[in-house]
Amino acid sequence: MTTMMAILIGCLYAAAIYMMLRRSMVKLLIGLILLSNAANLLIFTVAGLERGVPPLIAKGAETVVGGSADPLAQALILTAIVIGFGVLAFAVVLLHRAYEVIRTDDMNEMKGTD
Amino acid sequence: MLNVVLSIFLLACIAPHLYRLLGKHTGLVLALLPATLFIYFASQLSAVSQGQPLLQSWPWFPGLGIQLSFMLDGLSLLFALLITGIGTFILCYAGQYLQGHPALGRFFLFLLSFMGAMLGLVLSDNLITLFVFWELTTVSSFMLIGFNHEDSESRQKAHQGLMVTVLGGLALMTGLIMLGMAAGSYQLSDVLQQDLTGHSLYLPMLILILLGAFTKSAQTPFHFWLPNAMAAPTPVSAYLHSATMVKAGVYLLARLQPSLGGSEVWLLTLSAVGALTMLTGIFLASRATGIKKVLAYSTVMALGTLTMLLGLGTEKAALAAVTFLLAHALYKGALFMIAGILDHEAGIKDFEKASGLRKLMPRTTLVAVVAALSLAGVIPLFGFVGKELLLEAVLSGSQWQLGLTAATVLANIFVVLVAALLAIKPWFGQALPTPKPAHDPGWQMLAGPAVLATLGLIFGLLPMLPDQYLLNAAATAVYGQPISGYLALWHGINLPLMLSLGSLVLGLLLFRFWQPWRKLTAVVETLSKAGPEAGYNKLMAALVSFAAWQTRVLQNGYLRNYLLTTMATVVLLVGWAMLRLEHFELNWQFSDVRVQEAVIFLVLLTTIISAVVLNSFLGVVALLGALGFAVALIYVFFSAVDVGITQVLVETITVLLLVLVLYRLPEFRRLSSTAHRARDALIAIASGTVITLLILLVTASRSMEGIAWYFLEKSVPEGYGRNVVNVILVDFRALDTLGEIFVLALVAIGVYAMVHLRTGAKPVTNADKRLTAEQKRQQSVKGEL
Repeated sequence: MTTMMAILIGCLYAAAIYMMLRRSMVKLLIGLILLSNAANLLIFTVAGLERGVPPLIAKGAETVVGGSADPLAQALILTAIVIGFGVLAFAVVLLHRAYEVIRTDDMNEMKGTD
Repeated sequence: MLNVVLSIFLLACIAPHLYRLLGKHTGLVLALLPATLFIYFASQLSAVSQGQPLLQSWPWFPGLGIQLSFMLDGLSLLFALLITGIGTFILCYAGQYLQGHPALGRFFLFLLSFMGAMLGLVLSDNLITLFVFWELTTVSSFMLIGFNHEDSESRQKAHQGLMVTVLGGLALMTGLIMLGMAAGSYQLSDVLQQDLTGHSLYLPMLILILLGAFTKSAQTPFHFWLPNAMAAPTPVSAYLHSATMVKAGVYLLARLQPSLGGSEVWLLTLSAVGALTMLTGIFLASRATGIKKVLAYSTVMALGTLTMLLGLGTEKAALAAVTFLLAHALYKGALFMIAGILDHEAGIKDFEKASGLRKLMPRTTLVAVVAALSLAGVIPLFGFVGKELLLEAVLSGSQWQLGLTAATVLANIFVVLVAALLAIKPWFGQALPTPKPAHDPGWQMLAGPAVLATLGLIFGLLPMLPDQYLLNAAATAVYGQPISGYLALWHGINLPLMLSLGSLVLGLLLFRFWQPWRKLTAVVETLSKAGPEAGYNKLMAALVSFAAWQTRVLQNGYLRNYLLTTMATVVLLVGWAMLRLEHFELNWQFSDVRVQEAVIFLVLLTTIISAVVLNSFLGVVALLGALGFAVALIYVFFSAVDVGITQVLVETITVLLLVLVLYRLPEFRRLSSTAHRARDALIAIASGTVITLLILLVTASRSMEGIAWYFLEKSVPEGYGRNVVNVILVDFRALDTLGEIFVLALVAIGVYAMVHLRTGAKPVTNADKRLTAEQKRQQSVKGEL
């Protein structure tokens, strides 16, 4: 399964970078969303894929019995998803505001300093 | 000694406040500190002259072997006495010279910082601390040269001095580190015990250290910054640029001579560069007409002489060097202060406009004549003793004896000319009208030159005084072994005396024909257009245009170019590293894929491709939603329940947000050309491939156990929770979560500000609208084509 995930993540990265290289700022935004998904999946896959063993400890037990998925990677991704959403929300509003002021969504016309 | 250095820096810090309290008396009050320190150092004279250097040490960065350690031997003591002694007079002098200057408090701050740095430099017993103080003198010198910072020329010259000396400082740092490595210790007192001329690092470290010393001490071809540094107020020129700072390079050479000196390359480089600097300096001095310029160039000459003497490396040369150094500090300090007096009390800055001031400024005249006689090396002044020793040292040198002697005598002829200019031109002859009514200055300004000139006379008459207590110990430190020579005023009638007399006569003759001489050598003006200073200016201009060019190329303002460069670099570097891997094993197997996972995979792949090619905004948003939910399913399949839940929640809000906010934005347009699209696609696919390969490599070669077991084990006993992911978030890594909350709060504030606070935004004018409409039409035309 790791092999398939690796291919999937590669495609996600390629799509994200291609979109971020476009001149339209809406496409830039879409690229950003793809990129954050790709990064999360990357961490998830590299930490090891395990089926059906969530890091939950049964009642009465001191620790997990048998194997468990890596809880640290999950915690990191959880944080990353939320932060990613924060960044996205900010970017969406920023770009919208920029469009209101400059009346263009072409990144080529947004290279001035003021 | 740490207290000595610190006390000066402390005084520097409070000097501006003291100025506010004390007003015009500040200079005198501040001078009390260097005067006290002078007495302290003088009290060490007898101990040091017995050959017992004073060593003190405090740990600074003990882990790195860097100590704040100080050493007081003959050489350090000579410099320390000059710095504190002349510093005392300079502070008195500056208080009156710059009286009423609005920034006088700041001036004292810089001057005292310099004094502290210079003292630290000559007292340091550690190479690293020595370098730190070295750079501090550079910085404070920059501040002082550029003191009149409203004047653009002053700024430019300060900048020039800074650039030249900092460049040398950089080389020096590397050289000193090499020296420390070669000697196995950064303590100077340890380094000096060893002869490093045979070490394999000797040549590179010598070159680097010499570069540092030569730039600081204005040796040819770096001599140009020193006369330009005369943009500083005169007390600064008198102090930094004649008596102390420029001698830091000479000090360093003298200090390191026991370890580095004596080799063929040392002898060759120092003698040649020193002699060349000596001749260049004095020749340019004989042509200049500005009083400060003449003095500056003659200082260049003196620095060259000292370098040459240190290059010779004989016992006699060591004694001659320290004697010449003391004599020079005494008369040059005095003469600079007199140049300042001429400017301050009579408004005269140029020899050509000065004449016949003797009646109006009798006391200044007397002091100036005595100091200038010492410069000329007339018996019985101390300058004479120095010059005799210089000639003796050069004559007894082993190699190029003839060449160096000829150069020295030639230089001496011009020195006499310069001395005669200083002693005669402004004072005697017919009185010319002066820009200001000329008169003798107050005692604060005259005390310094008077005392220094008198000392020059006393030391000349009684040369055993400085010799016994100071110079012998200093020369011993330079030579590395006890010195047997001694100073005397009268050596009998011998060759040096004859040469000295000859140059005196020729120099006076040349003085008679000063103006014709200047006309004769006017060709130098045109030559100097191709000189080192012109080279420096070209280099600086080239540097600026290079910086502008590379900024234009790298900081081009297009986000996608930055991204393109970054990704291309990553792909190339990581790809290259992968190719060089010896053990290239990929995790390549599909046998463990289950049906539902394969379905999700295909869904995701379709979504991604459609999201890239689809040209409808709402469609893409819907696809992104689908993609997000499919990713959430992957999390759930592989034991990450909490992550899956979060992903579903966040994905829902994201889709809503995109639809709500972005529906007002224009539809997709095709903005890039096909060639650009192909290039971007290439980079994107290459990046994706590298990432895929990286994952396959990493998962195939995982060699270390993670740290997950820790959290699984400690979750219940220490975190009291059974959902390990939650325990990590709110307990083990709670600070991270707190940071995350902060980020979200900031985002909320930022979003609110952008949506609701609209003040200050640039309204779109009708003209702008027309313009963008025009552009849109053009682009749609292009799109159709």
